[in-house]
Amino acid sequence: MKRPSGPFLLLVLLLILPLILRDAYYQHLMILVLMWVAIGSGWNLISGYTGQVLFGAAAFFGFGAYTAALLSSKLGISAWWGLPLGGILSVAIAFPFGWICFRLRGPYFALATLALNEIFRHIATIWESLTDGMIGILVMQTFISKLPYYYVALAIAIFSIVTVDLVMRSRWGYYFVSIREDQDAAESMGIDTLHYKMLSLCISAFLIGIAGALYTNYMGFIDPKVVFSLHEISIMAILVGIVGGVGTIYGPLVGAFIMVAVQEIFRTGGFGILHFIGQSTGWPFMSGIIKYVSEAHVLSFGILVIVVILFLPNGIVGDWSLIRKSLVNSKKPAV
Amino acid sequence: MAFFKVQGIVKFFGGLAAVNGVSFEVKEGEICGLIGPNGSGKTTIFNLINGYFPLTKGEIQFQDEKISGLKTHQICQRGVGRTFQVVKPLKRMTVLDNVIASAFLRHHPRSDAIKLAEETIEFCGLTHYKDKIAKSLPIASRKRLEITRALATQPKLILLDETAAGLNPHELEEAIALIKKIRDSGITIIIVEHIMKVIMTISDHIVAINHGMVIAKGSPTEVVSNPEVIKAYFGEDYRA
Amino acid sequence: MDVFLQTLVAGVLKGGLYALIGLGMTLIMGVMGIINLAHGQFMMVAMYITYVLFHFFGLDPYTTLIISMPSLFLLGVLIQKYLLNPLMKVESILPENQVLMTVGIAMVLTEIARFIFSSNYLSVRTSYSSSAFYLGGISFSVALTVAFGFACFLTLSLFWFLIKTDLGRSIRAVSQDAEAAELMGIDSGRIKVVTMGIGAGLVAAAGTLLLPIYYLFPDIGGPFTRKAFIITILGGLGSTVGAIFGGLTLGLAESFGATYIGMDFEDLVGLVIFLLVLLFVPGGFKRFTKV
Repeated sequence: MKRPSGPFLLLVLLLILPLILRDAYYQHLMILVLMWVAIGSGWNLISGYTGQVLFGAAAFFGFGAYTAALLSSKLGISAWWGLPLGGILSVAIAFPFGWICFRLRGPYFALATLALNEIFRHIATIWESLTDGMIGILVMQTFISKLPYYYVALAIAIFSIVTVDLVMRSRWGYYFVSIREDQDAAESMGIDTLHYKMLSLCISAFLIGIAGALYTNYMGFIDPKVVFSLHEISIMAILVGIVGGVGTIYGPLVGAFIMVAVQEIFRTGGFGILHFIGQSTGWPFMSGIIKYVSEAHVLSFGILVIVVILFLPNGIVGDWSLIRKSLVNSKKPAV
Repeated sequence: MAFFKVQGIVKFFGGLAAVNGVSFEVKEGEICGLIGPNGSGKTTIFNLINGYFPLTKGEIQFQDEKISGLKTHQICQRGVGRTFQVVKPLKRMTVLDNVIASAFLRHHPRSDAIKLAEETIEFCGLTHYKDKIAKSLPIASRKRLEITRALATQPKLILLDETAAGLNPHELEEAIALIKKIRDSGITIIIVEHIMKVIMTISDHIVAINHGMVIAKGSPTEVVSNPEVIKAYFGEDYRA
Repeated sequence: MDVFLQTLVAGVLKGGLYALIGLGMTLIMGVMGIINLAHGQFMMVAMYITYVLFHFFGLDPYTTLIISMPSLFLLGVLIQKYLLNPLMKVESILPENQVLMTVGIAMVLTEIARFIFSSNYLSVRTSYSSSAFYLGGISFSVALTVAFGFACFLTLSLFWFLIKTDLGRSIRAVSQDAEAAELMGIDSGRIKVVTMGIGAGLVAAAGTLLLPIYYLFPDIGGPFTRKAFIITILGGLGSTVGAIFGGLTLGLAESFGATYIGMDFEDLVGLVIFLLVLLFVPGGFKRFTKV
């Protein structure tokens, strides 16, 4: 009973959280956090564990999102079917894509995912008869309350974490990490590196695709600019993956929480704290600062990328031993 | 039929022949030493056997099956293991995990793979490093880890690339003992080695290479007394 | 037939500029072993420099090359020295952390530009911006032709520099084998700093040359970064001659794509070519040039 107690407590906490946190706004943020847990877990599997850095997570996210939206707008089927289908179709994309890119080593894969991201965004924009282009697709939301969405998102997040955890405990997991550490050694150990890199990518794409379909169902509206966004999705996925912890099971959870919070702080000017200060003190320059802060949100992301890579390249969970050491050392300098 | 057979293999890098028409055979259960001065093409031959480079010409057979043209992991699956001269540990994994990853090749449930890995680690005498991270090991143990990992794929033939280079005399004795132990467990060995003491004491059979070509074959005593070999190692003027 | 020739000419002229963009990226790829995903953003910065000098000081855009190129050289040097070189000492699980860093730099540069200049489209209108001359019924944009000429000149200078000077030789040495070069007494850290500077300087030239016939806004960097990596992949990573072929190919492909498929597809064409190259010619055009 010693080991599972931590995750178990976390699970209980997440189950009852929306019952305590009645505010729709915070429930909304929690749903986003859970969605990012799924994306972050997917990203982490192929990038953190297998060492093939995915720069264009939005390619699979947007594909899942559009699958769900098109099911509803073109076929008249419930967009909820997009959850399984979005995942499966993302795999159908990832499979040939992985086969093309993984035959080569070097930066090809990273760049090709970026290119794929862009190609999909262009196609979604240009193919107006199917996607309505820039106008986007509106999907009727099923529920008014946030609660059902929260629990669906929670189920998906748990599914992602459990999937990654199970995979990493299995033979596949050993093979993925072996490939990350040394492809030549892995090959000479009898590991078909091409096959396992593709496998890893397919699982990742599946998880990210599901998250995309969830987004469509929850937000009720998608357009190419949002779901295929390089900054809002692809870079965010990388940050969620790195900040939390590269190659750790619970890293994406930590990362999703921090990154959604950071995003929100900048979008809302510190959760409205700046607004509050502005109103209560009557300082005229506060409105300028609020505008500045909310506009700086992409800038802050860029700075965060730089700072994280310089000082925390393996994330909070991944570099925890280092962080703890520096904290301990600063308290007791002479040991 | 020969257990392992290399037939007229040729490898060109650009216009340069790194290996030029090498042929030799290895019988089951023996230790075959591959010697030659620096740059003579020994490691390239390993890379060709192992499928790391494609052959320009020739053929390699293992247990009456053509293995040249197969991919590296397929060749390993057929039962040919190898170590690297420049060691390639899976750096951020523990020694045990390194070997487990390898053991998974023939042992599917995790528990079986762990069991095999622990046995192999024990066999190679790395037990007290078991839970250490691979990159923290000293060089002698890293070389040993290479061997352990190759053995965990349960090969019938193992290619050892300079596993004794850079070791001190005591470590050298241990390495020789380990190689003999591997042979006694029924695994055929092809070994590339610079240290004559190692080659002479353990090889049943030696192939000497220079400029990518075989210059002598035979028992250790025959090969070291061969004038071509002496010339290759010590130059024209050396007279025994 | 005229349309075809016209498209061909436009493609080649544009390809010359693309080659300049690709050369900088290729040089960086060769020496640092990384794809610089802030390359287009460097170009954007250079374009803003040119814009400011033109607008507030009345300098001719081509004259501003003497300021935009050194400025970007300096920016590249600083970035390499203080942001990228330190990463070599960082113990990171992700192999591509330097590339990620360039993504962060790209975002920061874009957003700073947005703060200063807002998202508005700007342009530099000169007397020659829209003028053209005709040769056998084919029109040549004056600005594009001048830009092409400059691009050729800079490319030749770069080759002269790489082949004839000691610094150029050191760069080539590090690009072929950093470890061996280090053993020969070359300070590879310094070479990397210089190379990033040169790469940024070259793309700065491309930006400045392009401005009279283009428009400018903060997000212009992204598409050009993409073009740059497509060119680099087309040319085979790290091959300078390949980069010129890659630049010309992309210029022609875009030009023909826009004429015969539709303007909307101009950007898509490059990306599709990129995937096709990965599929059929994995080594890029380096295979054919053997350089």
